[in-house]
Amino acid sequence: MASTDITTKAGSGHGGTVADFAGVEAGLDALDAVVTQRNSTAETLRQKVLPPLLGVLLVLALWQAAYSLHVTSAYKLPSPLDVWHAAEDLWYQGTLFSIIWTSVWRGLSGFVVALLIGTPIGLLVSRVRPVRAAVGPVLSGLQSLPSVAWVPAAVIWLGINDSMMYAVILLGAVPSIANGLVAGIDQVPPLFLRAGRTIGATGLAGARHILLPAALPGYLAGLKQGWAFSWRSLMAAELVASSPDLGLGLGRFLENQREFSDMAGVLLGIILILFVGIAIELLVFTPVERRVLRNRGLLAAVK
Amino acid sequence: MSPALTTSNDADGVGTLDGAPAVRISHVHKTFGRPGAQTHVLDDITLDVAPGEFVTLLGASGCGKSTLLNLVAGLDKPTAGSIDVPGGRPALMFQEHALFPWLTAGKNIELALKLAGTARAERRPEAERLLKLVRLQDSYGKRVHELSGGMRQRVALARALAQGSQVLLMDEPFAALDAITRDVLHNEITRIWAEQKLSVLFVTHNVREAVRLAQRVVLLSSRPGRVAREWTIDLPQPRRIESAGVADLSIEITEELRGEIRRHGQH
Repeated sequence: MASTDITTKAGSGHGGTVADFAGVEAGLDALDAVVTQRNSTAETLRQKVLPPLLGVLLVLALWQAAYSLHVTSAYKLPSPLDVWHAAEDLWYQGTLFSIIWTSVWRGLSGFVVALLIGTPIGLLVSRVRPVRAAVGPVLSGLQSLPSVAWVPAAVIWLGINDSMMYAVILLGAVPSIANGLVAGIDQVPPLFLRAGRTIGATGLAGARHILLPAALPGYLAGLKQGWAFSWRSLMAAELVASSPDLGLGLGRFLENQREFSDMAGVLLGIILILFVGIAIELLVFTPVERRVLRNRGLLAAVK
Repeated sequence: MSPALTTSNDADGVGTLDGAPAVRISHVHKTFGRPGAQTHVLDDITLDVAPGEFVTLLGASGCGKSTLLNLVAGLDKPTAGSIDVPGGRPALMFQEHALFPWLTAGKNIELALKLAGTARAERRPEAERLLKLVRLQDSYGKRVHELSGGMRQRVALARALAQGSQVLLMDEPFAALDAITRDVLHNEITRIWAEQKLSVLFVTHNVREAVRLAQRVVLLSSRPGRVAREWTIDLPQPRRIESAGVADLSIEITEELRGEIRRHGQH
């Protein structure tokens, strides 16, 4: 091993004092610190609430115009006001909330079960190579299968009852949730895993402290999609399956109004289904997702 | 070996026998790839870091300096030879800060403390002490994205120190920073190294940085990586990167490095 010693006279490395550098450092910290600002309420209202509200008003205006111009017969296209009256009728009959609740309860409880099943499946698929090779493609394939296709099979297997509804929800939502987790884990930067290993996060501690938190954004996206799939599957199942044993949910209500040729009721059913889907997403998923992303500094570009 | 290697300036090195090196790399080889299509990355590397010593590893691309650091960190195994770190798993700092964005600065440090077995009640005060050590006492609750590049590397340093290892491995940790910030961090790492009596193995491709920081500069040749030459730097700390002493030595070492690189163009 070649080795050379070079000794330079002490004192040639003259220069700044320690205090100097502390000053430079403090100045840099002050200059470079990133200030994250949150918008005021008025600003949020103007930027976030106003545009979609205008969009809805535009749709209503076009609808009303089509009705007033007699584009088609009033029996096929009732006015917005007719639909409003249909909603009022349900309200006075006292059934509006029970119809909504029947479906929301089924949808949410089915979703929670799908979450409990889909999460371990996702973990297994992402971490165990043979499982991934075997189940991975099936799982992503299942995602593109419309879950309404399961309804006839579920009716034969389970009969027309609540279990059949839940079966259809699970078949729709579990693949989404599992796939979301797999995607989330696949996208974890290898650097985090290396950094985790150097501070001693291996095995179970690594999964708990590094892998799962790092995969959370992808997992949440999967949950959101899982909810959308749950809700769609449930509506499909309710539309198809008719039995007095089943409570009256939104899908059944929609189908009943069709049988009565009550177009205002049908439109009301569609609007309510849309409304619930959006409301759950806005009230449950969006706040959680925004919090997670904001904490990681991933929302700055979106604002 | 030069006499500087055998003198230990840390009598009470944690977990090391007196006089024993903090890191002992002996006859390490590393090859990658399948048999028949192998690349020989490291060729018979022998290198000791004495307790309390600051060593920089210098080399052009392809000299395997990051590979060597991974081996010392225990993230990979040598093909032949042995690596011994008597003090236990060394701390490692990367070019990227590698802080976890789902935790605050303080909680990043507390996670390392927790994994190192620090009792729950002691974690918060210890994290605050470490933040104070890197002069970021006001940043406990800051999110990673709220910190500047230099501040992130200081938190990363605090997190590395939280492991309680006396051996600190640094893989080009300041390469992505601007010159002024890097200068400030050179001062910080020199101060903390001296205060905490750390043994540091610091990888860089920046000759001036190597001379500014190290007691000993080790030049690796490329493809395969071999120890080409080493210099003991006796300039007093704190040094200035723009000082004449650092510049003179840098010129000499750069010339040597150029020579190493030139050899690869000849065949």
